Formats: sequence, structure tokens, C-alpha cells
Amino acid sequence: MNKKSKINMWDFLFQNKVVLMFLVLCIGATIASKQPLTFVIPELFTRIARNSFIVLSLIIPVIAGMGLNFGIVIGAMAAQVAIFFTTYWGLTGFGGFAATVALSTPIAVFFGFLVGKLFNYMKGNEMIGGLVLGYFAEGLYQLLFLFIFGGVIKLNNSDLMIVTGVGVKNTIDLKDTVKYALDTVPMLTIVEVGFYLILIGLVCSTAFKMVKKQEVDVKATVIKAAAAVVVYGLTFIKPVERFLSADRLLLLSAVELGCLVTVLWQAFLFVRWKAQSRRADEDSVSEPFNTQKAIAYVVLAAVVYGLTYVPALYNVLIAVRLPVMTYLCIGALCGFNNILMKTRLGQNMRTVGQSRTVANAAGINVDKTRVIAMIFSTVLASWGQLIFLQNVGTLSTYGAHTQVGQFAIAALLVGGASVQNATNKQALLGIVLFHTLFIVSPLAGKELFGDPAIGEYFRVFVSYGVIAMSLAMHAWKKAAKPKLESDGDGSAEAA
Amino acid sequence: MRNPLKPLVEKFGLPRVIIVSFFLFLIAAAGMFHMNLMQLLSDCLRRWGMYGILALAMVPAVQCGIGLNFGISMGIVGGLLGGLIVIQFRVAEMPSLVAVHPLFAMWVAVLLAIVIGVVLATGIGYLYGLLLNRVKGSEMTVTTYVGFSIIAFMNMMWMLLPFTDGELIWPNAGKGLRNTISLAASFSNVMNKTLAFTVAGVTVPTGLLLFFFLMCFLVWLFMRSKTGMAMGAAGANPMFATAAGINVNKMRIIGTVLSTVLAAVGILVYAQGFGFIQLYNGPMMMGFTSVAAVLIGGASPKKARITHVLIGTFLFQGIMALGLPVANQFIPESNLSEVARLIISNGIIIYALSQVKGGSGRE
Repeated sequence: MNKKSKINMWDFLFQNKVVLMFLVLCIGATIASKQPLTFVIPELFTRIARNSFIVLSLIIPVIAGMGLNFGIVIGAMAAQVAIFFTTYWGLTGFGGFAATVALSTPIAVFFGFLVGKLFNYMKGNEMIGGLVLGYFAEGLYQLLFLFIFGGVIKLNNSDLMIVTGVGVKNTIDLKDTVKYALDTVPMLTIVEVGFYLILIGLVCSTAFKMVKKQEVDVKATVIKAAAAVVVYGLTFIKPVERFLSADRLLLLSAVELGCLVTVLWQAFLFVRWKAQSRRADEDSVSEPFNTQKAIAYVVLAAVVYGLTYVPALYNVLIAVRLPVMTYLCIGALCGFNNILMKTRLGQNMRTVGQSRTVANAAGINVDKTRVIAMIFSTVLASWGQLIFLQNVGTLSTYGAHTQVGQFAIAALLVGGASVQNATNKQALLGIVLFHTLFIVSPLAGKELFGDPAIGEYFRVFVSYGVIAMSLAMHAWKKAAKPKLESDGDGSAEAA
Repeated sequence: MRNPLKPLVEKFGLPRVIIVSFFLFLIAAAGMFHMNLMQLLSDCLRRWGMYGILALAMVPAVQCGIGLNFGISMGIVGGLLGGLIVIQFRVAEMPSLVAVHPLFAMWVAVLLAIVIGVVLATGIGYLYGLLLNRVKGSEMTVTTYVGFSIIAFMNMMWMLLPFTDGELIWPNAGKGLRNTISLAASFSNVMNKTLAFTVAGVTVPTGLLLFFFLMCFLVWLFMRSKTGMAMGAAGANPMFATAAGINVNKMRIIGTVLSTVLAAVGILVYAQGFGFIQLYNGPMMMGFTSVAAVLIGGASPKKARITHVLIGTFLFQGIMALGLPVANQFIPESNLSEVARLIISNGIIIYALSQVKGGSGRE
């Protein structure tokens, strides 16, 4: 028993070696940079908001067996074409942002379709193909922005075009158009819109069920509607309204809210269990209440809440202001990735990813599934790039997209993902680690070697190195697998 | 009605037909604009020799079975180090050598740089070959990123290596080596100038081309030696080669080392023709340029010959040499030719990759 747990610990360390290595590296570099956490953490949260969406867009192709999608650069280009046009048309604010999303989506769908079609011609070489395709698309993109805009399509706007009228300027300022369009949606609006959406959803689903002559659970529907009304009603209380009318959420408030929700949720589970067990015999209780787990959660929430009173942490927590809507979008994408995998399409993707032969034998249209995966990824990447751009506030016309694939993939891999396996958790963890390193490494380079450039080169090296290592490990495993299988050893597969 | 172009397209492949047509179009356009065709042709010849050996590095890589070697930066780094060491010790300015003839001193310098580069590249290439033997089937993806990684790693090294010569380091107490290092005082244009002559306005860089052809000849000779034949067999059909008693892994290492060594030689030949050594991210995309050149010449990820290198480099560099002045006639001061380079070089690689049958959806 003891021996077994020891082995498990070694297994755990070995399987998470990349994450652990970067954890050590991040902590070391943060200490070496001599920067206070009140600088590093707020910076980190800004970068998480900016970059998470695009990293999460990489997950679907990995599951569909197409490896790391270097083609997301093309999604980013679609986003930039869209944002150029909406800026040219002078659309501003949240409406302008929504219009940009609406415009970039069909472009990205089209590009994703083409990329998917092309990848079907180079099965097994998707990654190198995607990388080269990114450079190829870069050429077409420059052709479009340098010569076709102004040269073929006449555009009159001295703010966007260079003096000769042919070609787009190097940087486009988004400050007066869509900067922070998504970040500054007030929480009050979010709650309000969410309330109406839930009501509409409830009405629609009830109507749908009635038309289909299915049984309608009146009680559950009413309870859900009542809960929505109560939450919406809460916003009319003055202090709550004042709290929600802000567009950014203090990290301190977020942590407190998180603790509160955890406790309330456990209380709700407890009450429901009590009510159920009173109503019926014990054997009909659907979900047995796990007392130990509940207590652990409550204690954890209490400890976290207690920790906020530690002065050092308190200073950090009040320094960070979260853009609520952006984080909600990231959360929604995580949810989408999870839900997709429960649908038939998601299961098809998984099957195709595991074995194209088996998938084909099972009657799945392999090529079509792969194209759909690419379309999803490209569209999500274009949205991710829009989130990035509205936060940064300037569009570097010829540079904003070039490193997108590189850094997003590196971040995903740092989180412990591989060519065949990636999850939301790995993506988020990877972003935290990779961007911590990104923030502190120039400063650490300056402290250690007297030159920030070394730190900058180091972080670029890390991003290339981690991809090279991951690709090599994957290829190594793949090359070694046939041998292992002939020995009747399936452990390589399990690892 | 048969399309008369069809057999042509089938034989050479559509992209090559397009590229040759594009090349001819550029010549016609240059003639139409009354440009100095002879000077442009000189430029073509110069670039042909400069880039040729880097493209030649693909031949042993493809023949031994590792495919297109995007990671020639491994060898390039070795060559660059050789060049830097020679400059550091100011070999080209040694009085005893200059006394014979200044050009002789420069030749000694460049050859010494090549020797150092070759020695370093042999070591790097051997390790690189060991890695590639473990990632059979995914070499291209791995080589690309290993190539990028070594460039990024060397970026740090260029900052930290203890070079002291004023030609090499930043002048104002800055840290590390310069971005571009002038070779004016060492071996700039040494091969280009040797035995160069001008016929009807065309300058022929005889020394450069002779060196390039010599390298091609050596590779050709090697491919016909016993080891070379074995290597070709190992690349073409590993199962058969194993059955015939050939050590496939060893042959792959030999091919990788040879490719890496040629890359080291190639970058020095390139640098002397260019007149500068480019450090940091300068050689990052060299692998792509070289791969594109052999592919344009008719190579595939499974087959590459010396003729592919000769034709491909000439066409590709010809388009580059002609493209810039012609594009400037259409749109002055534009980088249209840079855009064309991106599209052509990456387009041909994508085409080549899509021709490799990785299995259909119905396999």
C-alpha cells in the first residue's frame, strides 16, 4: 500500500514535469526580477483576460487529432480585416465591437473551411502545413493591406491610409472606437440582459415542449423563473445597484463572492438533500449528500476568505480589477468546449482524433468532421484576437497577428497539454505560467545579467523550445509505440 | 481536343509551370521597362552562387530519408561561429598572409572559417541526427521547431559569448554582438572577386560559381560512392535497406551531418557574398528559403537531385533579383517583391506538402 502510493507520487511528478518545471522557473524568475506582487499579479490578470480566449480556441483541433493548430494565425487575420473595416466605417463602442464580431465570423468561417480542406490533403503534416500556411497567408495579408486597400479598393481616410493613399498605416488607433468595448460592459447590464435571456429561454423551452406534447415540469420552471426574478430584483437594492454599476470587478470582491457562492451552494445542496430524504424513502435519494466534501469546501472558502485579511495579499487583491464581461466570455468558451464534447459532433471529433480508420468504419465522415473542427477553431481564434485587440487598444496592422500562433501554442503546452491531449484546465494553467514568465523574464534578465534583452530572448527561446520539445516528445512516442505494442505493452498509450 | 499544356503540367507540376512563366514574364517586363538586363543577369548569377550551397544542403537530407531539412539553422549557427572566430583573431589582417597577397589572406580567412564551421557543424549534426532517428515520420515538424529553438537559444548566446573585437561588439559599451557585422576588413566578397570577369555587361563571379560547382560535384561524387549509394537506399526504402544489411540509422546520421555541414559552408559563402554576417533572427527563415528553392527546382520531400538545386536556386533567386526592380516600376518604393517572396516560397512548400499522400479519409 505504502509502496504503491510512493510510485503514484513519482508518476504524478513525472507526468506533470513540464508544469512543475515552469512553476519553479516562474517563481525563480519572479524572485530574481525583484518586482513586487502588486505589479506582477495585476499585469498577469490583464494578460489572462487578453489571451485566454485564443488559447482555448486551440483545444478543438487537438481533440480532432489535427495537432496544434498553427493556422489560428489565419483566424487572427480575419479578425483584423474585420476590425479594419469597422474602423473605416466609423463604428464605435459595444455596437461597433458586436458589428466587428459579426463581420469577422463569416470571414473566419470561410478561411477555416479552406484551411480544413487543405489539411485534408496533408494528413499527418497538419502542423508543419499550418505553420507554412500562416506564412503564406501573411503574404496574402500584406498584399491586401499594402496594395489592394487603396490600390484596387479606393478608400479615403487619412487616419487609416498612408499618405500616398495606397496601403494601410502601420498602426491603427482603436482608442476612440472599440477600445475596452467588451471590458467595460457594466455588470448591471450583464445581469439585466442575462435575466431577460433566461426568461425568454424558459418561455421558449416550455412552448417547445407543449407543441411537441411533452410533459412540462411546471414546478421546476416556476422555481427557475422565480430565482431569476429574485436575482434581478436584488439589483434594485441601492447598495447592490451601486456595486454592480461598476464595469470592473475588484479581485477582492471576486474572491469574497466566490467564497460566499461556495458556501451558499453547499447549503443549497444540503437543504435539497434534507427535503428529498424527508419526502421519500432513503433509497430513492438521487444524489447522496457528501458531508465530508461539503465541509471541506466550506472550510476552504473560510480559509480563503481569512487569507484576504493578510496585508500582503490584501494589497494585491485590491490592485486587480477584472473586466467582468471578458472573463465571462472566457468562462463561456470553457463551457462550450465541455458541452461540445458531450454532443454527437464532439464525440465524432474525438473518435476521428483517436483513429481515422475506426471513425471511418463507424460511418463518420472523417474529412467533414475535420473541416468542422477547423472552422470552429478559426472562428474562435478570430474572436479571441478581437478580445485581444479591444483590450490593447491599438492595432499593429502588420505585426499583431504574427506571433499569435506561436505564443498561444506555447502557453497551451506549458500548461501540460500535448499534441494529442488538451483540456481547458491545462490551457488556463498554461496561460498563467507562460505569461508570468513573460512579464518577469526581461526584468529578471536585467537584474541577473544587466540587460533586459537577455530576458526577452530567453522568453522567446522558451516559447520555441517548449514547442520543439513537445513535438519531439510526441514524435518519439509515436515512433516508439509500434515496438511497444508488439511486446504487448500498452503503457505508452496510457501515458 | 487535348490541351497541349497538359503533359507539360503533368511532368513539371503546376507550380513550376507558373513559376517559370512568372520568371519569363519578369524578364519581359524588365526588357519592356528598358532596364539594364545585363546588370540584372549579373545579379542573378551572384545570388545563384550565394544561396546555392544552402539549397544544396537539402540533397543529402532528403536522400537519407529525413525529408526537407527546415532545421539547417543548426549548421548555420556553426558556420556563423566559425566566421566570428576568424574575425575575432583578425586572420585576414595577419601581416605574414597579407604579404603574399591581400586576396590570399582573405581566402585563408574564409577557408579557416569554413573549417571551424564544418567541425562545429559535424558535432551539432551528429546530435541532431540522433534526435531525428527517434522522431521518424515527423521529421519536418520537429526540424522546423528545433531550428527555430536553436536560433532563439543563440540569440542569448550572442549576448553572452566573450567576443571582444571592436568589429563584433556594439561600440558604446553595449552588451553582446552586433546585429550585422561588416566583413569589409575580413573576407567580404572574396569568392565573388576571385577571377571575376565582365562579358557584355554581365559580371561573372567566377570564384563563387566555381566553389558552388565544386561543392555540387563533391556531393554528386559522394552520392555515387559506396556509402552514398547505401544512404540513398536507406532513404528510399528503409525496410529493403535493412534487409540488405544497411544500418539505416547510421546512414540517416551521415546524411544529417552532411546536410548540417553544407549549411555551415553555405552560410559563410552567403555572408561573404553579402558582405555582412547577420546574427540574431537574421538566419531564422533561411531554412524556408532553401527548401523553397529545391522544391521549385523539381524536388519533393522524397527525392532531391543536384539538378533540382541548380535549377531551383537559379529560378527562385532570379525571381528575387528581377522582382524588386520590376515591382518598383509598378509601384515605386514598395515591398511588393517581399510579398511575392512570401507567397512564392511558402506556396511551393504547401504544394509539396499537400502532394505527400498522408492517407485519405477512407484509409
